[in-house]
Amino acid sequence: MAPKPLDYELLNKNVKKVQYAVRGELYLRASELQKEGKKIIFTNVGNPHALGQRPLTFPRQVVALCQAPFLLDDPNVGLLFPADAVARAKHYLSLTTGGLGAYSDSRGLPGVRKEVAEFIGRRDGYPSDPELIFLTDGASKGVMQILNCIIRGAGDGVLVPVPQYPLYSATISLFGGSLVPYYLEETANWGLDINDLHQSVAEARSRGITVRAMVIINPGNPTGQCLSVANLREILHFCYRENLVLLGDEVYQQNIYQDERLFISSRKVLLDMGLPFSKEVQLVSFHSVSKGYWGECGQRGGYFEMTNIPPKTVDEIYKIASISLSPNVPAQIFMGLMVDPPKPGDSSYEQFVRESKGILESLRRRARMMTDGFNSCRNVVCNFTEGAMYSFPQIRLPPKATEAAKQAGKVPDVFYCLKLLEATGISTVPGSGFGQKEGVFHLRTTILPAEKDMPEIMSSFKKFNDEFMEQYEDHWGYSRI
Amino acid sequence: MRRFVLFASLRNHFRRRFHSHYINQNQTHLLSSRFLSSSMASSKSSPAVTIDTINPKVIKCQYAVRGEIVILAQKLQQELQAKPGSHPFDEILYCNIGNPQSLGQQPITFFREVLALCDHPAILDRSEAQALFSTDSISRAWEILDQIPGAATGAYSHSQGIKGLRDTIAAGIEARDGFPADPNDIFLTDGASPAVHVMMTLLIRSEKDGILCPIPQYPLYSASIALHGGTLVPYYLDEARGWGLEISELKKQLEDAKAKGITVRALVVINPGNPTAQVLAEENQQDIVEFCKQEGLVLLADEVYQENVYVPEKKFNSFKKVARSMGYGEEDISLASFQSVSKGYYGECGKRGGYMEVTGFTPDIREQIYKMASVNLCSNISGQILASLVMSPPKVGDESYESYCAERDGILLSLARRAKTLEDALNSLEGITCNNAEGAMYLFPRIQLPEKAIKAAEAAKCAPDAFYCRRLLNATGIVVVPGSGFGQVPGTWHFRCTILPQEDKIPAIVSRLSDFHKSFMDEYRD
Repeated sequence: MAPKPLDYELLNKNVKKVQYAVRGELYLRASELQKEGKKIIFTNVGNPHALGQRPLTFPRQVVALCQAPFLLDDPNVGLLFPADAVARAKHYLSLTTGGLGAYSDSRGLPGVRKEVAEFIGRRDGYPSDPELIFLTDGASKGVMQILNCIIRGAGDGVLVPVPQYPLYSATISLFGGSLVPYYLEETANWGLDINDLHQSVAEARSRGITVRAMVIINPGNPTGQCLSVANLREILHFCYRENLVLLGDEVYQQNIYQDERLFISSRKVLLDMGLPFSKEVQLVSFHSVSKGYWGECGQRGGYFEMTNIPPKTVDEIYKIASISLSPNVPAQIFMGLMVDPPKPGDSSYEQFVRESKGILESLRRRARMMTDGFNSCRNVVCNFTEGAMYSFPQIRLPPKATEAAKQAGKVPDVFYCLKLLEATGISTVPGSGFGQKEGVFHLRTTILPAEKDMPEIMSSFKKFNDEFMEQYEDHWGYSRI
Repeated sequence: MRRFVLFASLRNHFRRRFHSHYINQNQTHLLSSRFLSSSMASSKSSPAVTIDTINPKVIKCQYAVRGEIVILAQKLQQELQAKPGSHPFDEILYCNIGNPQSLGQQPITFFREVLALCDHPAILDRSEAQALFSTDSISRAWEILDQIPGAATGAYSHSQGIKGLRDTIAAGIEARDGFPADPNDIFLTDGASPAVHVMMTLLIRSEKDGILCPIPQYPLYSASIALHGGTLVPYYLDEARGWGLEISELKKQLEDAKAKGITVRALVVINPGNPTAQVLAEENQQDIVEFCKQEGLVLLADEVYQENVYVPEKKFNSFKKVARSMGYGEEDISLASFQSVSKGYYGECGKRGGYMEVTGFTPDIREQIYKMASVNLCSNISGQILASLVMSPPKVGDESYESYCAERDGILLSLARRAKTLEDALNSLEGITCNNAEGAMYLFPRIQLPEKAIKAAEAAKCAPDAFYCRRLLNATGIVVVPGSGFGQVPGTWHFRCTILPQEDKIPAIVSRLSDFHKSFMDEYRD
């Protein structure tokens, strides 16, 4: 029988090249084990609500009212919904033409984009133009749209940090571009070395690649580092000189766990640099409702903001957005609420602050607990999680372990993580899913398990790890099985 | 130089760089800008992402539904708001897009009750909820939340969508078709459009890969094919025969494409049709299934209008049902069927809910589809819930059943009336013929434009149908999409108009359109 179009051999090879370890082998194995009845702790993806973090009350009240506008006229609505939620729901409905069920403008509701622009203006101290802000079904969709504009073919390269969140590598593969890696230095707190950047670019160019864009993830994923102003300035200078568009993934900007390096947006730093940079460097910044203290991953809400992108290009990006008609409207309302939360004096203000602070302070404590916990384990070193939602410990695997992995046909960190999973139910993502230097192994876990569960999780990990190291280390010349 | 270990895909990237044709292509195309940027730090070369350096596939793709004429309409709307009376009409009437709730259609109450409860589950425990919500919406919300781990509607779900919801959808498909559906074949997506993109990504390897598309078509298909770098292979629907699909035409186009070195990979069928509004006869569908089976084509069945059928002599049959009724199973035909929450009687466009059901694909392909879905993690949960409600609405005996039926039937009967009224009105105009709107949400009338009008259009550097539509907009505020946005037999002109404005607006639309058309013909009659 003739080969069919969707036989494996005839599939678009870019699809075959795509890897996305966050929901890859480890996750699939964990899901299998869960079906068999094993208790699994999923720490493979930044998915706070799945690990018990509760949604903030006020936004859920507002969106529920928007879903069912007939409630707004019901005399009993006050029994279940506070007055400010009712007012806010009416406000957002007034920004729509037809409520949540109508396609909005393909760039998102103008009223919400205006609120986003005002938020950015307050945050950075510079006005932002709503016309250059596009709401998307999650930041990932925005990243894919922008990369699709940039990548024309295999000759186009995108600088991506190593380790990186594999949306970038997957998307570059999918669009047939070239990933140009630049290394973050683990011993320097995952800092960025400008010389390494230069080297990476030179090397790519020597192979005929046109490097067109640079991705930074700030705070970092999986690494958690928060970039300093000096670092950001260096990066922006670099992009100016090398003619790169900077893609600033800033979805973790609310997740900061130390006080030395607070979040500062790439846009603010760029505008602070003044002319010519502020008018020349092309920048696209991404944000999301999935992270922060909101954790509303399931809504799929995000935006990108364009700086110094020419009008005709903006038109083309709009055209592409219009094919998908519009981003989902409920998530747009979540975005509006995120950038314009309850204020002092609002009846829901205190509850909102209490809930948000509670989450952030707990995340900060968990970041510390996990880092310390990993550092107490044999052959494990872990940088502190300055921001974002992950811990990325380095696991120093003994040669016998890497040998055993090879025998099993597995990459060493996958081997370790599978054993960890089988022994403890902790489902992580091996470092190879994010990229790392050759011979250096990591795993990524989130800091999201409930605080009360942390001590047990960390001691469970320690027990497994230390036994694993016992098993595979060579002591005084004789091997133990 | 530091070495590094990344997954194999990245190593492959670097290996491929040594293929000389990539390097040559690249160097000639961009030599000047690279030279500038590396040698002259002070004088800036043009910025990285400009119209000249953007991905050319982006430039190539077009999507008229929100294209030029709509942008003009928005401009006029702003002018009207700033200066009332500045135009010969009071309001812009958007008849360009299948967006029912933006024109006053009400959502189905039961669906919204359930969604509101799932958005804010904290109130389910409160007795006051009984005062605000119907009993069955409360129990349905509980049922759904029990299917979501931790009842966490804010968490990323399984990348195919929540299992329990897929079970519900599969049961709904089975109830509709009489043939079983497997929840593992279902991929919930942010609307049907992303699912179409996934299939195009899988199928299109280069411009040598072709996808058979109906002409006229909903321009998601042409745009998606252009974006993915493939080739659209058109097959013409026959306007003289109710926009019927002839297998002979399919065969001819397939052979022509093959002769040009195109590998045709799939056939797109939109049923009920958009913009053409026909509902395929079952025999026609059987011929199509047979054709795909014989030619080894993947059948991409866009069935988003399955609940919009307005004529008693036609019925919606899913292609899966037709194939299974013919005795064809997974080994015989590869089929991707698309459904959405945006159309039907529910019209929930803004929610971005939908799914595709994929059957007849090998496990390794299914893995690849899953992998693609996983990069985006999952579709929005609220949309997933809504898709399950659409495929499993209130039943006889449920508290909300009667009101649900009243709402549903009210909307569908009204749509049928509006379709008829507008169709009759269009057919009464000089030089306009309009096929029967059997289903979907549109009318696609043909206009015989006089030679003088065509010349005027040329002088205005405009396609004749766009010229007509622009004049219509400027005179009446009515926004329709020129036929060239959908494709048409060369030399014929059409426009697509939705049947969605509320019934009380229809008489005004009819009269304004008629008056405009008469004066247009007076101006340009040969």
